[in-house]
Amino acid sequence: MSDIDFNQPLSPWQIVQLARTSGRPLIGDYIQGMCSDFVELHGDRAFGDDRGLIGGFATIGGERVMLIGHQKGKNVEDNIKANFGMANPEGYRKAMRLMKLAEKYHLPVVALVDTPGAYPGLEAEARGQAEAIAKNLTVMATLRTPYVIVVTGEGGSGGALGIAVGDVVLMLQYAVYSVISPEGCASILWRDGKKAPEAAAAMKITADSLLQLGIIDEILAEPPGAAHCDPHTMVQTVKDAVLKHVQALKSLTLDDLTAKRYAKLRRMGSATLA
Amino acid sequence: MAWFEKLVTPPARIATEAVWAVCPACKAYVPREEWNSAWRVCPRCNFHDRLTCRERIELVTDAGSFQELNAHVSFADPLKFEDVSGPYAAKAKATVSKTGLGEAVVTGGAKVDGIPVVLGVMDFRFLGGSLGSGTGDRILLAAEEALRLRQPYIIFSASGGARMHEGIISLMQMARTCAAIARLQEAGIPYLSVLTDPTTGGVSASYAMVGDLNLSEPKALIGFAGRRVIEQTIKQKLPADFQTAEYVLEHGFIDHIVERKAMKRFLASALRYAGQ
Ligand SMILES: [Zn+2]
Repeated sequence: MSDIDFNQPLSPWQIVQLARTSGRPLIGDYIQGMCSDFVELHGDRAFGDDRGLIGGFATIGGERVMLIGHQKGKNVEDNIKANFGMANPEGYRKAMRLMKLAEKYHLPVVALVDTPGAYPGLEAEARGQAEAIAKNLTVMATLRTPYVIVVTGEGGSGGALGIAVGDVVLMLQYAVYSVISPEGCASILWRDGKKAPEAAAAMKITADSLLQLGIIDEILAEPPGAAHCDPHTMVQTVKDAVLKHVQALKSLTLDDLTAKRYAKLRRMGSATLA
Repeated sequence: MAWFEKLVTPPARIATEAVWAVCPACKAYVPREEWNSAWRVCPRCNFHDRLTCRERIELVTDAGSFQELNAHVSFADPLKFEDVSGPYAAKAKATVSKTGLGEAVVTGGAKVDGIPVVLGVMDFRFLGGSLGSGTGDRILLAAEEALRLRQPYIIFSASGGARMHEGIISLMQMARTCAAIARLQEAGIPYLSVLTDPTTGGVSASYAMVGDLNLSEPKALIGFAGRRVIEQTIKQKLPADFQTAEYVLEHGFIDHIVERKAMKRFLASALRYAGQ
């Protein structure tokens, strides 16, 4: 990313490159840097243990939470194991199990989002990718515990949303969040995948645009040169923001919390409801 | 000559669209009157052709019982989106005047065999049944009406998925509609989902898949990712029946495939179990 001049405003396409850049902090870095304790919990109790979407008990600055998030690998070998952060249905079902467990144990949920999308495969379809994501959307909407989301890298469509419905959505300055990849949008609406930079701009997928559209609540500033240049500082920024919001949400009654969440979802992205 | 062979022989010169329908699946010529009175189901191969939302409403509700809700809610253009073929707003406006619909779903109160329900019926003709903010609003508001009236909610889906022209706003409709459905579940209000041809992408991965009952029609296309995307990803050919209603039922995600002519009866019967 040495060709990016940070003294100029970055184009959405440049921000896409930053969101995908290697060396950007991944879930493993966040667990290591912001959790004094992490106990991974495996499996969906029905099919298997997805490595593209992981979770477990975590302690962040003294707060006990349930941490879930997409897992990308640091290298090709790890990435193949983690399926490049593209979860299968069993990943979403494991996440749902952990959400329910968090509710039962009165633990806030912290979800870290970084995925190109849910895995588009034969087996994924056979095991009900659509149902797994849909079910999570209904569970998160009514979950009786605080739910904080951080979009750390790529927020890829339904695969991202499948763990990203909650009370507060934070987004890193150079993360992206979109309904389809710029390449996918370009190949459909421009009939040319090479028009991805145009599609990236038209779809308004950067943190600035999403804040204006009311889809996210707060932008977390990245260190000079973006997160990969100083992962330590980035992880601290995320930790502080997560703690602040977890503590604020814990002060609400569960009835108020879920009522506010529904009111937020009702307004968010509406054509007519103010 | 077998009865169906008569149907495949195109009657010379008078094979006009007004008199004859051509089955898109088996190419049989069927008298238009017969085609329409069978709700666009082919008498030869049982192909279930797509219905408009008005036809669907007529099919499953008691005559004259449908009262539309929120007809004023129309499409929005939150991103001021423009692609290589022009502005989205112009495309959407053209679709509104062509179809007479304000959005990709029509919602309202109705009766099914005397049972009061709230109904949502999607229409593929409106931008491929795509899920825009206006679509989401109508589905959410109808769910709230079902909750208020404590009446069952039925949605017939027909959608290619997200409306890319509304970007992230389209994605959020999945969350909003599911939030409204989740409140029905909490309140014990029945919610029946009928996945008609096609129900894919963001609609299959939201309200369409979380019915108390998930129903479908023969051979309807149901899936999350597109066939081409999957083939490119896994680099292998997919089975012929992949993502059909029958395939999805076999894998455990559909309760029942219902023939079109039996749909109203089926819904009424299910609602009587639900209303105990
Ligand atoms: Zn036919």
